[in-house]
Amino acid sequence: MSTSLRNNGAAAFAAAAALLLVAGTALAFYWVPEDADQGFSQKIFYLHVPVALTAYACFVWGAWKALRLLWTREARYDLESYTAVHMGVIFGVLTLLTGSIWAKISWGIWWSWGERQLVLFLILFLFYSAYFMLRYSVEPGPRRANISAVYALFGVVLIPVSFLAIRLAGTLLHPTVFTREGPQMSASMFFVFCVCLAATLALAGALYLNELTGKRLDQALRDLREAVA
Amino acid sequence: MTTEEKYVTGAYLVVLAVVLLYVVLYSLKLSRLAREVSELSELVRTKRAPQ
Repeated sequence: MSTSLRNNGAAAFAAAAALLLVAGTALAFYWVPEDADQGFSQKIFYLHVPVALTAYACFVWGAWKALRLLWTREARYDLESYTAVHMGVIFGVLTLLTGSIWAKISWGIWWSWGERQLVLFLILFLFYSAYFMLRYSVEPGPRRANISAVYALFGVVLIPVSFLAIRLAGTLLHPTVFTREGPQMSASMFFVFCVCLAATLALAGALYLNELTGKRLDQALRDLREAVA
Repeated sequence: MTTEEKYVTGAYLVVLAVVLLYVVLYSLKLSRLAREVSELSELVRTKRAPQ
């Protein structure tokens, strides 16, 4: 993708994200009815779940780019995979923060080690956080790109495990909203959820493309400095 | 404002704060890149200048 196309894409994503975030927040606070069980606190759902799904999407995107790197040996995929993991970690932080706040309101505790869904997400988050340590402990070049790609690919295995944990565990605390019978919520709630999910995905897209441009610029400048020196 | 409303608003504000923090950090990075470009331009100009 050319730089101008990427910048236009980032601008389009940013505009969509701004619009959808404002719309999603307004709909969640003022339009959608309160949940019968959880009341007002359930409104965190429209933020927490889309943010968590976006984190998963970023990690999957990073793994896909890592696979492309290993498959084609094209160096550009290394930076794309790295940027996607970077975004995934940012959304992972947001998932943990919003999840903790929701846990505090609903369960009266900030964290529960007994909940497999939470612990598995934490493991996934820590795994990808360690990606940066690994990446910066190896000299730049094809070896670092390959090691980082393999690591990113290993991490993606944790995603279905984390996602399915709640269904397999039959947990009491963490609710299961999406089941085989479909989303367990009203049509208006599902609509607002979709708007919020689109908003966080657009936000991630904008951040990803901006970050990628910045990282490419950084790399080009470093190459240029070496050439000039 | 009830406790529930405070927590929910807090969650939304946390997300906003993290995104804003990212924007600030990105701005700092862009400033550094702009400074490096100007240093490189200066270096190229000096090298091209007749001795």
